[in-house]
Amino acid sequence: MADRVFVSSRKGLFSVVRQPQGWAVERVSFLGDSVSLSLYDARDGALYAGLGLGHYGVKLRRSRDLGQTWEELAAPAFPPAPEGHVETLPDGKPWPWRVEQIWALEAGGQPGELWCGTIGGGLFHSRDGGASWQLNRPLWDHPKRKEWFGGGAEMPGIHSICVHPGDPQKLSLGVSCGGVWHTSDSGQSFELAARGMFAEFMPPERREDEAIQDVHRLARCRAHPDRVWAQHHNGVFRSDDGGRTWTTIESVQPSVFGFTVAAHPHDADTAWLVPAVKDETRIPVGAEVVVARTRDAGKSWQVLRKGLPQEHAYDLTFRHALDVDESGDRLAFGSTTGSLFISEDGGDSWATISTHLPPIYAVQFA
Amino acid sequence: MARVSFTPNLDRHVHCPSETVPGANLRAVLESYFALHPALRSYLLDEQGALRKHVVIFVDGRQLADRGGLLDAVSDTSEVFVMQALSGG
Repeated sequence: MADRVFVSSRKGLFSVVRQPQGWAVERVSFLGDSVSLSLYDARDGALYAGLGLGHYGVKLRRSRDLGQTWEELAAPAFPPAPEGHVETLPDGKPWPWRVEQIWALEAGGQPGELWCGTIGGGLFHSRDGGASWQLNRPLWDHPKRKEWFGGGAEMPGIHSICVHPGDPQKLSLGVSCGGVWHTSDSGQSFELAARGMFAEFMPPERREDEAIQDVHRLARCRAHPDRVWAQHHNGVFRSDDGGRTWTTIESVQPSVFGFTVAAHPHDADTAWLVPAVKDETRIPVGAEVVVARTRDAGKSWQVLRKGLPQEHAYDLTFRHALDVDESGDRLAFGSTTGSLFISEDGGDSWATISTHLPPIYAVQFA
Repeated sequence: MARVSFTPNLDRHVHCPSETVPGANLRAVLESYFALHPALRSYLLDEQGALRKHVVIFVDGRQLADRGGLLDAVSDTSEVFVMQALSGG
C-alpha cells in the first residue's frame, strides 16, 4: 500500500506521507509556483514535476530524492512552425505551436521512456528520462487532430495517457475536446475511436462526432486493460474493448457530471467518481462533497460521504485530482478549495488531511 | 557592449547574472546572452522564438517597441533590463 501522495497545486508540490498519527505534509517543493502535475516513476524512483511559471513558461523538473533536490530538464516544446504557417482552431482563432501546460505525464514501456500530453494539443515522447522530447508527428499531422477545440482552456489538450500494461506499445489518449485516440505501435500511427460517446450539448449533426467528444478523464483497469472508464462532459461512459466503443452509464448518483474518474487496479467492475452539478454552477450537488463508487461495472452506485464535508462545501475536484493506490484500498482526492481527503478503505470513510492547501490540480500515490 | 540584467524574481528559477554582451539590436544582445547562459532562452522566449507574453524588456529605461522582431536598437552603453510584465499578475 502507498504511504505517500504527491499533491500538485497552484502554489507548489506537496509531499504528504502516512505517519503513525495520520497523514501529514512532509515537504513542499516549488512553494509559490504552479505545479500542474507530477509523475512518480516507480521504475527508477524519479519524481517529475510539470510547472507553469506564469511569466516564464512551462518547465519540467526531476528529483532523484523524492523532492529534496531538483534538476531542470528540457520541457516538451513544439518544433518551429513552418515559415508562414498559420494554424487556426475550428473557430478561426490562432492555434500556436506552443506548449501551454503539461497535462499528462506517464511512464512508457522502455527504460527511460516517457509520454507527455499538453494543452496546446501536442503529444511528446522522451526516450531518455525527459532529457529531450520529440513531438509525435503522426498524431499532430493527423487531419482529424485539426478538428479539436478547447475544453476548459482556450486550446485543446491531451490529459489522459493510458499505457497498456501488457503491451506498452499500445496507448489510448483522452483529449479535451478531441475524443479518444489509440496507437498500437508506440505512436507510429494513431486511430480515432470513441464510438458510442455523444455530446448532447453539441448541434445534432455533431452529437456523435468522435473527433470532438469532450472526454474529461480516462482511467484504465491495470489487471483488465480492456476495461476503461471515462468521465465525459456529457456523463460517464464505460468501455469493454480498450476504449474503442463506449456505453453510457446513466445511473450515477448524485449526478453524472464531473471531471475525474479512478479505476480499481485489479477489479474491473470497481471505479470511483467525484460528481458535481454540471455546467451551470460546477459545485458539489447540494454543496455536499461525495464520492460515487460502483462495484458492478456501473449498474449501481454507492454515494460515499462518511468523513466528507456535508454543509456549504464548494469543493470541485479536477481531472487529475483523484487517485487510487496499487492495492485499490487507498484513495486520495483534492479540491479547488484546497481540501485533501484520503480513504484507506476503498472510499467507505475519509479523513480530512487539510482544508487550507492551495487549489489542488493533481494527486498521485507513490 | 550592452549590459543585460534581470529582475531578481527570475533568479528564483534560473541563474541569470548580469552580463555585458555584444549586439546592435535587442535580439542580437539576447542571443549573445543565451550563448553564455543557454537555460535562459526558454524563460524569455517561447519555442517559436517569440517573447513570452508576460515578459517585458526595457532598453535604457524605455519599454521595447518591437515585441515581434525584437529589433529595438541597442548601443554600446545601453542598459537592458528584463522583468516580469505586471499583466502576468
